[in-house]
Parts: sequence; structure tokens; C-alpha cells
Amino acid sequence: MSERTDKDGAPIVRMEKLNKHFGTLHVLKDVDLEVTPGEVVVIIGASGSGKSTLIRCINGLEEFQKGKLEVDGKRLEPHGKASKALQQIRTEVGMVFQQFNLFPHLSVRDNVTLAPRKVRGASRAEARETADRLLERVGIANQADKYPGQLSGGQQQRVALARALAMEPRLMLFDEPTSALDPEMIGEVLDAMRELAREGMTMVIVTHEMSFAREVADRVIYIHEGEIVEEGPPEAVFDNPQRERTRSFLSRVLTH
Amino acid sequence: MNSSFDFDWEAAFQSIPHLLAGIPYTLLISFAGLAIGFVIGMIFGLLRLSRAPWLRWPAVAYIEIFRGTPVLVQVLFIFYGLPQILGGPIPALAAGIAAIAVNSGAYISEIVRGGVQSIERGQREAGLSLGLSRSQTFRYIIWPQGFRRMIPALGNQGIISIKDTSLFAVIGVGELVRQGQIYIATTFRALEVYLMVAILYLAITLTLSLLLRLLERKGLVGQ
Repeated sequence: MSERTDKDGAPIVRMEKLNKHFGTLHVLKDVDLEVTPGEVVVIIGASGSGKSTLIRCINGLEEFQKGKLEVDGKRLEPHGKASKALQQIRTEVGMVFQQFNLFPHLSVRDNVTLAPRKVRGASRAEARETADRLLERVGIANQADKYPGQLSGGQQQRVALARALAMEPRLMLFDEPTSALDPEMIGEVLDAMRELAREGMTMVIVTHEMSFAREVADRVIYIHEGEIVEEGPPEAVFDNPQRERTRSFLSRVLTH
Repeated sequence: MNSSFDFDWEAAFQSIPHLLAGIPYTLLISFAGLAIGFVIGMIFGLLRLSRAPWLRWPAVAYIEIFRGTPVLVQVLFIFYGLPQILGGPIPALAAGIAAIAVNSGAYISEIVRGGVQSIERGQREAGLSLGLSRSQTFRYIIWPQGFRRMIPALGNQGIISIKDTSLFAVIGVGELVRQGQIYIATTFRALEVYLMVAILYLAITLTLSLLLRLLERKGLVGQ
């Protein structure tokens, strides 16, 4: 929705030798990742490979123990130290969750207007106008007064997308956005994401939808047991994987 | 002594105006006590959830002490015990309100804790990821949902506390039971008067139950 032009090609995410442990479990091992503005990066990998944890580090929902992480030019500190920078990053980085996480006590419209009003200080009227425009865009304008519980999963996820976009983020994170959806609703959510990618939104997507990944990704990253095993353009990773692990993973997921 | 059943309806009805004089006290102690108890419960319930031990620990101690001792002992302690420390008497009404406040406060702390904890982690994450601060996330997202889930338990506690005020007859507060005792002292109609007392309590608690049911039904919208 924003035709924001970035003055320079400086990476919006810069991750260097990031390490994360859950207790004794080493979830991310020396992960290096750079995302440049306008880029669509898709992260694939088996369940428990650390791919969700990786993108949750980007907006500080997970803390890391070692390494460097800069998002939108602001430094995130290890051990999840709450900082001014963290909240600033979160206002510029939107996230869509597997379970939608809409606010069930607020109407669809209020879900979308809450953050712009309370964080950006938008007036009720401004926020409402933005919300209605975004809801229209994701195809649920006529449901604005309903509550999330009255919508289908696919509709809820599109509301969640509109809610994140209402903050005019510079980067969007998607954590398995279609994994909790009934098969017939996956398409409508992917369509909305596809359109967003076409408009030039910077996106980091964790997904199991391989054909979608191939189609929208500028770069695909395969992660296994907390390590980036392979990365490159989708054609290279999908059609000509260099590593045995990538090949065996793809052979398992591409057969069905 | 006539041991056959001789329920005196006239005596029962005649007791009602006398008993009604106790209702304002019963309601005042209940609602003032519960209002303060709710504030206490909100504060201590949230402290109880704190990750910092020096905040959590005092809350645990408060909850365990006031939940683990009888409200009758608490009111006797306040009414007869505290004046020895304070050096002056405490009015019975104030002692009753204070006892309901600290006692219900302990239970409400646990209700608040449970309500807040019951909200899925994803709600908090969604709020934070939108750039809301932790306190905004709590105020606009966690609390409104948690509070809705607390309503049935809070209603329960309200009913319990209303009934607990009957114990305060022992410190001479002119509430419902006390008015009944006074009336029985002059009429000797214990059966009729206590039946009327029971019916009046039931009238109060059933009214509250009904209001809560309406509130719950209303609260369910959008869940």
C-alpha cells in the first residue's frame, strides 16, 4: 500500500552470527541474514528447524543470546533487554501469525485501528479511513463491524494482514500464515500476500507452501537444525539444490 | 412446651420491617468491602504475576494469609485487636467493611491472576508486534479479555462475601442477622424470623446472580 522509496539500498535486517538457546537446546547457530528493502525472502525448513524462531527474533518476540542484530538501522540487544529501540522497531515491522491472533473483543475495524491510534496517535477518523481502505483491499470491507469470531479463518488472516499494514510497516514478517487454514482458504491469503509483494513490500515469510515460495521469493533460505544450509534464488534452491540435506528435505515436501 | 409445629405467619410477616432495617448495612458492608477488595485484588493479582520476587512474594504472603484464615477471625482481630495497636476504637461498620475488603481481596487476587493468565500468549505478542507498549498491550488487549473471563468468578466471590457479612452480627453491626437476633429477643419467634432472614439473603444473592447472568450474556458478544 505504500509506494515508499528507499533512499539507499541499506539492509533493513542485518543479522550476524546470531545464536539462540532454549535452555540446553541450541535453536539458532551462527545465523547470518541480510534483507534489503523491497526483497521477498522465504524461509523453508522442517518443523522445529528454527525458522519461526528466526523471524521472531527480528521483532524481538524471541530473545537471542549472542550475535548482532540490526533492524531498520536500530540495534537489538542480546538477552531481550527491553529498549526504546525494540518498540521503535516493532512500530516499523509488521507481523502476521499462524494463529491470526486477532483481538476477539474488538470489532474487525477496531482491530485495525487500535495500533495506529494508540501508537501513531492517529485520530479516530483517520484511523478508520485507513482501516476501511485496507479492509477493502484485502476483500473484507463489508465485515468491518463484525467480530473476529464471526469470520472464517481465511478472512481472519486477511484482517490480521490489514491490521499489520495499518501501521505502514517497512518490513512484514509472516510466520506460517496459512498453516492453520483450511485448504480452501489458503489461496485467498496467498493472493493478498502476492499482491503485497508485487507492490514492493519487503517481506520475510516462513511457509510450507513451496509453489508459493517459488513464485514470490527473490531469495529462498533453507534452514535445518538452526543453521542456514542453503540459500539463493528460488530456481537455484528448488531446481538445483547443492546440499544433500536440502535435496532430501525438498524430496519429502515436494512429493505431496 | 408445645412441641407440635406451629409456624406463625403473622410473626414472620411482622418481622420483615425490622429486618429490612438491616439490609442497608448488609449491602453497604458487602459492596464497599467488595469494591475495595477488587482494587486490592487487581493490585495484588498483578503483583502475584510479576517476575520480580520482591513484588511477587508480598502478594503471595497476603493471599495465603487472608485466604487461609476465617473471615470471622479477621473481623474480630480488626475490631477488638487493632484498637490496641491504634490506641482508639474502630467503628464496627468500618471493621466489617475492612474485613470483607481484605478477605475478598485475597480471593479476587487469585481470580485476577487466573483471568490474566488465561489469555493466550499470542494476544500479547500481537499487541507488542504492532508497536504497543507493554502497558498499552495490557490495558487494551489483555485486561478487557481477562476481565470478561473473571466475571463468573467475581460474581461467585460477591455472593460469598455478602453471606460472610452475616458473621458481623458478633461485633454488633446492625446488619440483617443482627436485626433478626434483636427481634427474636423480644418475640421468641426464632423459626419465623430466621426463615425470613434466610429469604432476604436469598433475595439479595438471587438478584446478584440474575444481574451477573445478564452481564455474562452481554459479555459474550464478540468472544
